Amino acid sequence: MRKITTTKTWQLFAGLLLVFLLVESLQAAENRSPTTADHSKFKVLQGDFKSAPEVTEACLSCHTEAASQVKKTTHWTWLYDHKETGQQLGKSKVMNSFCGMVVTNEPRCTSCHIGYGWKDMNQPPPEEESAVDCLVCHDTTGGYKKFPVLSGFPTEIPREWPKGSGKMVMPPNLTEIAQHVGASNRETCGSCHFYGGGGDGVKHGDLDSSLHKPTASLDVHMDAKGLNFSCSECHSTWGHDVAGSRYQVNAKDTKGLVNPGHAEVKAASCESCHNSDPHPQAKLNQHSEKLACQSCHIPEYARGGVATKMWWDWSTAGRLTEEGKQINQKDEQGRLVYSSQKGDFGYGENVVPTYAWFNGTVEYTQIEDEFDASNPPLGVNRIQGEAGDPDSRIWPFKVMRGKQPFDTVHNTLLATHVFGADDTSFWKNFDWNKALQDASDKTGFAFSGEYDFVETTMHWPITHMVPSADQALDCVACHSADSRLAGLPGIYMPSHDSNEWLDRIGWLAVLMTLIGVVFHRVALIISRKINKA
Amino acid sequence: MSQEMIFKRFERFWHWSQALLIFTLIFTGFEIHGSYSVLGFATAVSVHTVAAWTLIVLWVFAIFWHLTTGEWKHYLPTSKGLFAVAYYYAVGAFKGESHPYKKTTNAKHNPLQRLAYLGFKLFISPVIWVSGMLYLFYSDWPAALADVLSLQSVAYVHTAAAFAMMVFIVGHVYMTTLGKTVFSHIKPMITGYEEPETPKTNSLKN
Repeated sequence: MRKITTTKTWQLFAGLLLVFLLVESLQAAENRSPTTADHSKFKVLQGDFKSAPEVTEACLSCHTEAASQVKKTTHWTWLYDHKETGQQLGKSKVMNSFCGMVVTNEPRCTSCHIGYGWKDMNQPPPEEESAVDCLVCHDTTGGYKKFPVLSGFPTEIPREWPKGSGKMVMPPNLTEIAQHVGASNRETCGSCHFYGGGGDGVKHGDLDSSLHKPTASLDVHMDAKGLNFSCSECHSTWGHDVAGSRYQVNAKDTKGLVNPGHAEVKAASCESCHNSDPHPQAKLNQHSEKLACQSCHIPEYARGGVATKMWWDWSTAGRLTEEGKQINQKDEQGRLVYSSQKGDFGYGENVVPTYAWFNGTVEYTQIEDEFDASNPPLGVNRIQGEAGDPDSRIWPFKVMRGKQPFDTVHNTLLATHVFGADDTSFWKNFDWNKALQDASDKTGFAFSGEYDFVETTMHWPITHMVPSADQALDCVACHSADSRLAGLPGIYMPSHDSNEWLDRIGWLAVLMTLIGVVFHRVALIISRKINKA
Repeated sequence: MSQEMIFKRFERFWHWSQALLIFTLIFTGFEIHGSYSVLGFATAVSVHTVAAWTLIVLWVFAIFWHLTTGEWKHYLPTSKGLFAVAYYYAVGAFKGESHPYKKTTNAKHNPLQRLAYLGFKLFISPVIWVSGMLYLFYSDWPAALADVLSLQSVAYVHTAAAFAMMVFIVGHVYMTTLGKTVFSHIKPMITGYEEPETPKTNSLKN
């Protein structure tokens, strides 16, 4: 009897939990206006799709201009012509301090391209309209996954991933997914942007899987139980072109609120919603002249329980066991700290940002750029801006550090052929000479045959993971002797800065006056006694 | 002998509220400067700002009062008797001599006081006000001003003036105790009335 009651209680509890979860998920869905189109009712989407490009063709049969729009965007071209520096950047061109360059590692790296089958970085992306991947951004089921090594395609057969793990990745149900397309969301954007650098939270520090369902204290805007913003709420789009760039950051938005009727793409800046004087206290608003909102409002990054990579030393990669087997060492938290394929790693969680003056322009050391190897660390990217420049503000950054190969004769960074089941890839053969020579052969970038490893840095602007305002930094985080901004040029902050000599002379003057009056008083008392006597 | 009203009601109100505000400003100011941490930086800034504005309003009234009542004449510097007063504090007081100056309603400050207060009003205070306002409105500096002035130099001037203010206060407070008794100079600043001076010979007999 008692046992039955217990079972019933559990059933009731489970039922209530289910209702609660349903209500929760419905509430979360209420942030968007209901759609006028139920894609599951469209005839063209009823079919049994054999491949992902077939889905794209179906999409384009109604959304006739979508592919040509997408193809004009950086998401597609992986090219960015920088107006300020004249450099041609973009994922297809730049070097980073994580995996190096896309070129010669295409099928792995282009698994994050919003297309299908880009296998050669020396060529532009595939031309066919059906090569555009609609689903990677518009899937709402969470079931669509680009397979990590298939140059952007999802797998069409069950495949083991990671290799040797015994875990199978099943082909996505394309029909189901195609019938449930919708606006992009944190899942779709995050499927690439949370995993930049080859894993969860590796690259940015302020973007990782903890933002799928964040709390208000992690991200007040994306708070799953609050505002529940999708990425595009701020990174608004105009004909598939997404606002926001980390090559040319909108470091000081003086336009402020964007009102209806303005045709320009809304800037992905705090000010575009909050304006530049959102505080009730005038003094705080005045800070926005010199400080990015993020500097005070993102006290630390990598706060969601996912560590970000802070150090990547390629120079130690390639060490094998005596039996010639790969080494994978993990720390007590289960993080990979050494791998034969990649070298040494260092991680950070709840990291206090590095602060620097920034006008939004980011310059790169490109692969053909000669640099001074005798003066490390080399900035793989360099942020521009300085104190006193009206367009610059103090911004928070994740500074990624590491060591990566360079040509000791030409003094240039080197493309590395790391990925591929071939005779030259580093991850297969553990031979830098082969990997570097092959990368040079395939790209045309010179390699003298002489290489070494140079310490490098990269600056990643921190702009996500804004907690609710009560978690913003207190004044004394900067206005104190051990200020966060210590060492930053061109600033005078009360409580942090003062003139040592002015203070010494000032206090001495006060002290001397005090001693003087005490002396005068004592002398007076004594003299009065003498006079009386 | 009847008592004379030396310090009018407004004058006393002005003096003591100014004193209170200046102590508040020094206390919060040096916290903002980083000399200690008591109220917390944000509170210190708020209190400092409010006290500064209050003092400015008080000064507007005080200036108006001085101009309309002619009281400003009490601060006109004079060399007549200046040496005698200085000599008294430096030497005479120790010899048991009496103060060479007798305050009247027409001239309530001795020549040395006149000079000290005039310095306070024409030098220390204006420097503090101007540097303080520049500090407060740093974000609104026109470009032409920002080209020639730095926040650092303004902060240094403001700090230096604060030290000068403290030196003044120490001296000023001490001087008030140099009357017949320790409180005999302070009392009229509270009650407004100066007790009629008694001949020195009498006081010596006591």
